[in-house]
Amino acid sequence: MHNIVALTPTIFAMTAIAAALLIGMAGFGTAIGFGLLGGKYLEGVARQPELAAQLRGQFFLMAGFIDAFAAISIGMGLYLFFAGNPFVAALTTMAQATH
Amino acid sequence: MINSGAYIEHHMHHLQFNLATMSWGNGGFWTINVDSMIMSILMGLIFVLTFHVVTRKLSVDKPGKLQNFIEFLIEFIDGISRESFKAENKLIAPLALTIFVWVILMNVMDLLPVDLVPLLANMLGAGHYRAVPTADPNITFGMSLSVFVLMIFYNFKGKGLKGFTKELCVHPFGGFLAPLNIAFRILEDIVKPFSLSLRLFGNMFAGELIFIIIATMPWWIQFVLGVPWALFHILIILIQAFIFMMLTIVYLSMAYEKH
Repeated sequence: MHNIVALTPTIFAMTAIAAALLIGMAGFGTAIGFGLLGGKYLEGVARQPELAAQLRGQFFLMAGFIDAFAAISIGMGLYLFFAGNPFVAALTTMAQATH
Repeated sequence: MINSGAYIEHHMHHLQFNLATMSWGNGGFWTINVDSMIMSILMGLIFVLTFHVVTRKLSVDKPGKLQNFIEFLIEFIDGISRESFKAENKLIAPLALTIFVWVILMNVMDLLPVDLVPLLANMLGAGHYRAVPTADPNITFGMSLSVFVLMIFYNFKGKGLKGFTKELCVHPFGGFLAPLNIAFRILEDIVKPFSLSLRLFGNMFAGELIFIIIATMPWWIQFVLGVPWALFHILIILIQAFIFMMLTIVYLSMAYEKH
């Protein structure tokens, strides 16, 4: 039991870092992606304004692709932050099983 | 007042039925998520019945608002499927329409207040109830596996057994590297249903989770956070349904066309 108590803060700290990485890197990647996407879209529209409507559809489609994995990653990160920590819960059940 | 972790945990549980012992609860492989099934079938029925009723009451002179909307949807899907699937086919456009409308309807459940449907289910005696079927990987995987089966079917239909075998063996690197080609092709095709379903599931799960997290916050901040997220989520709902439909058409047309 003593070990569990000693381990718990470490697990919380690690989980916080993992959640921070999940949210931060997802935001980082999406920011770059959206920058490229929006820039290219504007470039395309500036070159050929008559294609704007067609390009807008494609733009939103690609925005959905870029957004998808970031949203998943941010969701997982927020889950680790706000819901009960699953790793500590696993540790607790493990401890209960051994005792 | 329960704490937020327990509240979130409570909202992450499905209403499960054990088919092995015919009782409520988790039964491993033989578990059926009753809430997802009820909601998805309900949404399917709403879709089919609405469209059926509208087609029974078609009017050329005075089309109602609903008829106009449905005509717009059908023309929209028809245009996209004609554009992306070049060959003549009777199945693609109806399939795309079904996927699009059904996924939208299932995703829209995310916009209902997070405690509304679970509360109603609680009154009927269900302890857990998740209202968004597409936030359940079983539903999205079911849909993407159906697309996968169709993909294999269209491979045979479009190219014939001989053409399909030939394409499998020679496609990226030529005939000398046939085993490598087949391995690549298997990998490529297996990744498709996975990415298709996980994208939809992940988005809807994350969206639902963020709504639930907002619901755990103090009452005075809920409106400030909830409304922008709901507005943004409307965009995600439509885009994800559109992407699922679009990729289905693209995958099927890739399977159908000869290279």
